[in-house]
Amino acid sequence: MKEFFQALKDGQLSEKRALTPIHQEYDKPPVKRGEILRYAGYPAAALRAKGQGKDDESALEVPTDEELANRLEEVIKLTDGELTYRISYVCAKIDRDEEGFPILPFEQHSENLKMNLNNCRGVIIVAATIGAGIDRLIRRYERTQAATGLLLQGIGAERVESLVDMFNDEVNKTAADLGLKAHPRYSPGYGDLPITVQPHLLKLVDAEKRLGITLNASYLMSPSKSVTAIIGIE
Amino acid sequence: MKILDYMRDNFIFLDGGMGTLLQEAGLKPGELPERWNVTHPEEIIRIQKAYFDAGSNVVLANTFGANCLKFDDEELEKLINAAFANAVKAKEESNGKQEKFIALDIGPLGRLLKPYGDFEFEDAVAAYAKTVKIGAKAGADLVFIETMNDSYDTKAALLAVKENCDLPVFVSNAYGSDGKLMTGASPASMVAMLEGMHADAIGANCSLGPEQLIGVMEEYLEYASVPVLIKPNAGLPRDEGGKTVYDVYPPEFSDCIKLLLEKGVRIVGGCCGTTPDYIKAVVDKASKVTPVPVTDKNKSLVSSYTHAVEFGHSPILIGERINPTGKKRFQQALRDNDIDYILNEGLKQADAGVQVLDVNVGLPEINEPEMLESVAKELQAVTDLPLQLDTSDPVAMERGLRCYNGKAMVNSVNGKDEVMDAVFPLVAKYGGFVVCLTLDEGGIPETAEKRVEIAERIVKKAASYGIAKKDLIFDPLAMTISADTTAALATIQAVHDIRHGLGANTSLGVSNVSFGLPSRNIITSTFFALTLEQGLSAAIMNPYAMEMMNVYYAFRALHNMDANCTDYITYAQSLPAMAPAGANAGAGANNANTSGSNAKGSQMTSGGAGDASSGNVSALQNAIIRGLKEQAGNITKELLKEVKPLDIVQQEVIPALDIVGKNFEEKKVYLPQLLMAAEASKEAFEEIKKEMAKSADGAGPKRCSFVIATVHGDIHDIGKNIVKLILENYGFDVHDLGKDVPEQVVVDKVVELHAPIVGLSALMTTTVPAMEETIRLLREQAPWAKVTVGGAVMTQEYSDRIGADKYCRDAMETVRYAEEVEKSLKG
Repeated sequence: MKEFFQALKDGQLSEKRALTPIHQEYDKPPVKRGEILRYAGYPAAALRAKGQGKDDESALEVPTDEELANRLEEVIKLTDGELTYRISYVCAKIDRDEEGFPILPFEQHSENLKMNLNNCRGVIIVAATIGAGIDRLIRRYERTQAATGLLLQGIGAERVESLVDMFNDEVNKTAADLGLKAHPRYSPGYGDLPITVQPHLLKLVDAEKRLGITLNASYLMSPSKSVTAIIGIE
Repeated sequence: MKILDYMRDNFIFLDGGMGTLLQEAGLKPGELPERWNVTHPEEIIRIQKAYFDAGSNVVLANTFGANCLKFDDEELEKLINAAFANAVKAKEESNGKQEKFIALDIGPLGRLLKPYGDFEFEDAVAAYAKTVKIGAKAGADLVFIETMNDSYDTKAALLAVKENCDLPVFVSNAYGSDGKLMTGASPASMVAMLEGMHADAIGANCSLGPEQLIGVMEEYLEYASVPVLIKPNAGLPRDEGGKTVYDVYPPEFSDCIKLLLEKGVRIVGGCCGTTPDYIKAVVDKASKVTPVPVTDKNKSLVSSYTHAVEFGHSPILIGERINPTGKKRFQQALRDNDIDYILNEGLKQADAGVQVLDVNVGLPEINEPEMLESVAKELQAVTDLPLQLDTSDPVAMERGLRCYNGKAMVNSVNGKDEVMDAVFPLVAKYGGFVVCLTLDEGGIPETAEKRVEIAERIVKKAASYGIAKKDLIFDPLAMTISADTTAALATIQAVHDIRHGLGANTSLGVSNVSFGLPSRNIITSTFFALTLEQGLSAAIMNPYAMEMMNVYYAFRALHNMDANCTDYITYAQSLPAMAPAGANAGAGANNANTSGSNAKGSQMTSGGAGDASSGNVSALQNAIIRGLKEQAGNITKELLKEVKPLDIVQQEVIPALDIVGKNFEEKKVYLPQLLMAAEASKEAFEEIKKEMAKSADGAGPKRCSFVIATVHGDIHDIGKNIVKLILENYGFDVHDLGKDVPEQVVVDKVVELHAPIVGLSALMTTTVPAMEETIRLLREQAPWAKVTVGGAVMTQEYSDRIGADKYCRDAMETVRYAEEVEKSLKG
């Protein structure tokens, strides 16, 4: 990534650049309980900080309902050893067409993405997944223990977002070190960027082979707790 | 020479990477490499010739992604034929002196199968079949199924090969760095399933370098009785000055492959990043290694989609509770198509410690083949325990075996020829570990000797179908000692003789031995201990009987099967928790007090306190409101001793649900808490249903029926399941059609039940038209039915536009609407 950013900075990206997907495994990101509950329909207003709240606040948020707090801890424990934290990404150069749309390695005509990638000369395309284990757990519990199923959904969403955040932080830092700026990440389904671009994104990062991500007929990803994103580099 | 003959005494060298070389030759990202068979044949021939020149015995035709999901039929046939024409040309042009073969290469379809994906197993079989037929006709010497990262998909491909050609078939899976397939299968589980279906060679390719795959290979070599193959990547890719490079080079690559050949691997090649140089290095180094003979490992295995269970060492517990015989509540569940109840029976037994689940759903008035398939699929979606399919109907057995993801236990055959002739062909085709009862036309012989004779006959007959003794497990039949006190002795003797004389596994339905006697568990568990001592490999038993579990854990500890007695100690420590209900209820009451005082200290309290003055709620109501499942169940059990079931529902459960529902509507509690309360009340209902099943009137009166479905094209069912759960709690007769339900299926069900109300859910804008169409058909064919809609994309505006009667924002609103509709029916 660093090499790519350096070349981008120096304006030395070759035209016939091979798009090599790089994949990485991460350690478990810190768990944000408040986020899990938010995904499960439990609002931030009903949370309180555990202990004195001096430490990392997000990690210490617990629900005021004690039974729910207990259940959440039980459910988090269920996921122990069942999740993997893997991403695959490519770095690519972008040009503009005559209307100013970014020319990406796949076709799209999204005004929102065009705006998001304003002034960017490079992009990082990333797919991330926490694996199929969470889907097995959700299957296992959703029909017999609905609350556990709901919390597992929340954990899955929080985990995969935390994973992408972790990668995104790395991108931001690498860019900043070289005096470049990383734009906020953008995903299919946001604004006018249709999820039909999903197969192209996944193919670019070799997601099926590297991460085991496939699409169904409605362009939804399996494992369900997977994310793709485009990060513009200015 | 045929490849199977050649590989008996020789290593087989496969080819190396194709994709990376095509990219170097100009294949663009996103371009389908199979099209190059026609547009750039010279490049394909050049690369394949280089592999033959380097010493490859097998070159894969360029057909990895050639399937009918990517190409129409005409193009598919053209591309596969061209692929073989190219490979044949390469073979002819090469000056390599080795034996040369061309394989039809089959990679995954790229669609995940149900239950985790949305693609039907049979559709996958049909898709692979098209490729197989064309490839076989084009002149393939063998089929090479590779890079499969899901066991079910692998089964679909292998089944398609077996059903559509007679070619040898090699099967290779892609393992992650955790040593498992993406969907969880271990190498041993793949060995069990693939050998059961008669793959000719099995192993791993892609994803990792050779070094990281050593562990996976060792597991294959430990379990596999067929040749093992490896086709790893050249390590990991990285970008170097705009060029993809891999970090393992031919010298290290071939050193590692040599090591694997010495360990017993017989078929080797390379995957992503490898080139003819890698293959040449491998061929050179292999010339110094003598092939290790492939031997029968004599393992008795069954498997699920995650792991294998081995018989013959530590005894295996097979849970017997999924069986309607003598169980009124279970029979009721089957008649009501109450799959959740059956799943719960499976999950509870898994928690109790069984390693295999017996599945028997035979009841005269139900369609057993359909039910067995459906239950087997549903169970495999929630538990990773291998299943024992238990039916006397060969049609049901085939349905179960075909859809099963792994290698199942088959229960059962016996010494009757007609039974063996019906079941053994299924086992030969789909794989299986077969329970064989030692009885025949003459009934159950009295002596052990005669039972062993029947077992010997079964072994011979199985062999004639190509089924080895290691895939049979004999049940010498436990008979009750209350009728004949010598009965147990004969069985114990037979277990000994079959184990130590015939050298085969044994299993017993142990509980029969005590039939007709008081305190049966004492006799049954002692009998269990005696037969274990004679070498019993497995027991079909009730895991809730503590006496049986005591024997199991103690036996393993005493027989040096439990290192450091770890399992026994864990079990022993769990025992107090299994004490009678009274103790639990006590603990619960203490909890309630603690939490009550906490609640006072906080403004934002949960359901329990809320508006309903906590002084007025009963113990059961408190348990439900606070979502305490175990307590709710235990208190209900106690209450049922004195209070009528329906009174508990009316006076306890419904008022508690109303409090929670009201608090939810007023945003005093939120969705997770609503669901916890629903779980707790479900526990109470389960006790009530059990009580009511004992009386003649079955499950008792229900409220009006409510048909619910996620519409066609939509696979989201979280919201729908929540609504269903809450409606059931309020006593509605909910008929859940599942997700992705075709329009007419919904209508047919509504007509069949004359259901007054239908709930449709959609999460994606793209599926709203399907919802609209469903409503249109309902208006035509079921004009009486009220339609309520919900789901993430739904709004009042959408709802009005597509002509629904009511838009419900959440589960509680749906309950209120259903109550309203029901009231108007009566009024």
